Amino acid sequence: MHELQYSSPASVDEALELLAETNQDPRILAGGTDLLIQLRAGARQARHLVDVKRIPEMNVLHADARAGLRIGGAVPCAVLTEHSAAGELFPGLVEAVGLIGSTQIQGRATVAGNLCNGSPAADTTPSLLALGATCMIAGPGGRRELSIDEVVTAPGRTVLTPSELLVEIRVPPPARGSSDAYQRLIPRTEMDIAVVGVGVQVAVDSDGRCTAARIALGAVGPRAFLATEAAESLVGTTLDDEALARAGALASKIAQPISDKRGSAAYRREIAGVLTRRVAADAARRAREKA
Amino acid sequence: MQPRKLHVTTRLNGEETEFLCEARQSLLEVLRDVLDQTGTKEGCTTGDCGACSVVLDGRVVCSCLVLAAEAQGREISTVEGLAEGDHLHPLQRKFLEHAALQCGVCTPGFLVAAKALLDRNADPSEEEVRYHLAGNLCRCTGYDKIIRAVLDAAAEMRSE
Repeated sequence: MHELQYSSPASVDEALELLAETNQDPRILAGGTDLLIQLRAGARQARHLVDVKRIPEMNVLHADARAGLRIGGAVPCAVLTEHSAAGELFPGLVEAVGLIGSTQIQGRATVAGNLCNGSPAADTTPSLLALGATCMIAGPGGRRELSIDEVVTAPGRTVLTPSELLVEIRVPPPARGSSDAYQRLIPRTEMDIAVVGVGVQVAVDSDGRCTAARIALGAVGPRAFLATEAAESLVGTTLDDEALARAGALASKIAQPISDKRGSAAYRREIAGVLTRRVAADAARRAREKA
Repeated sequence: MQPRKLHVTTRLNGEETEFLCEARQSLLEVLRDVLDQTGTKEGCTTGDCGACSVVLDGRVVCSCLVLAAEAQGREISTVEGLAEGDHLHPLQRKFLEHAALQCGVCTPGFLVAAKALLDRNADPSEEEVRYHLAGNLCRCTGYDKIIRAVLDAAAEMRSE
């Protein structure tokens, strides 16, 4: 690592002032579990680390059935997985958060960092996409709210300028009779990177008929994305085996995986379909309990 | 030009501790090389092996992935804080009794991580212990003896 400066501002405004000094090559330090490794490996550069963990606004974590979920940009995974209201409202998202790394990593890594690191295999991104989450981003010109889908633009790249800060992730309140699920495939039981990850949210009416669905796929493209056609195929069905199989086939079709050491493109495409079926079935079971 | 040093005040194993560090230095580096607390081991330095585990404000973390400057005003516990004088912590005793170590490089990290688990959950299942310790790698023991030592220590601590 080069000669570095370190600051820990106490407010978002103070952080923005530091981030605005772009000639100092500033970079946001949240959990640091990706950034510090990347800096040491020379994969990312920075001369000024702006630690946002001491900003109260970045540590907000609030979940309720009417307002939805707010996750401050500095909230570590472990704090979210221990939050019972968040787990009740969004079980799939909290499962995804709990899959990231080890106990040690969970204590530091943040959901916002998982998103902004921009890995195509990030576990929380498909889940947030399926939930229709948004990001509150603060910058020199004020604040803007973007849909999660707009944040990551390519592997390791986001739409945020170097002077902007992701203050908070917002998840809208779950509609009545809706729930979510997330699963990934890894060759081990723990501590690995998704070969494929699938997040699903479905809503059902009192007859068990699907009224809305979102399916998001991870690790089968340069960024996680919504499988819109697959999701729409579920609407109006009773989420029976046939409907789930059809959605799985559509998810396989839209997947654009590459072959790498974790799996071949053909294998990933197949698994995208299998997981879509299983995860949609999980989300459907949970949604029926809430209908 | 000498790099600018940051002055950090923290609590280390219950004692007020001050040190000077560079912004780039990890907590691991400062613990070992500045504060001479060499119980915490350096393994991978990429957060994969858990040998450098310490407890920071009640959460077990890899000290290689924490900047020393971040410790300002925080509370840190390391393996040096486990025993009380010559009186070993039950986890340490059970690791010896069960031969849960061979080369010993991973042991401080396992002890710190296991203590963090038992502080939150006095009666973990074997599965819970295995998942909690999944971020601590041991290339000698095959883990079984470690898991048994942790479960045995937990049982003894519950009966005390």
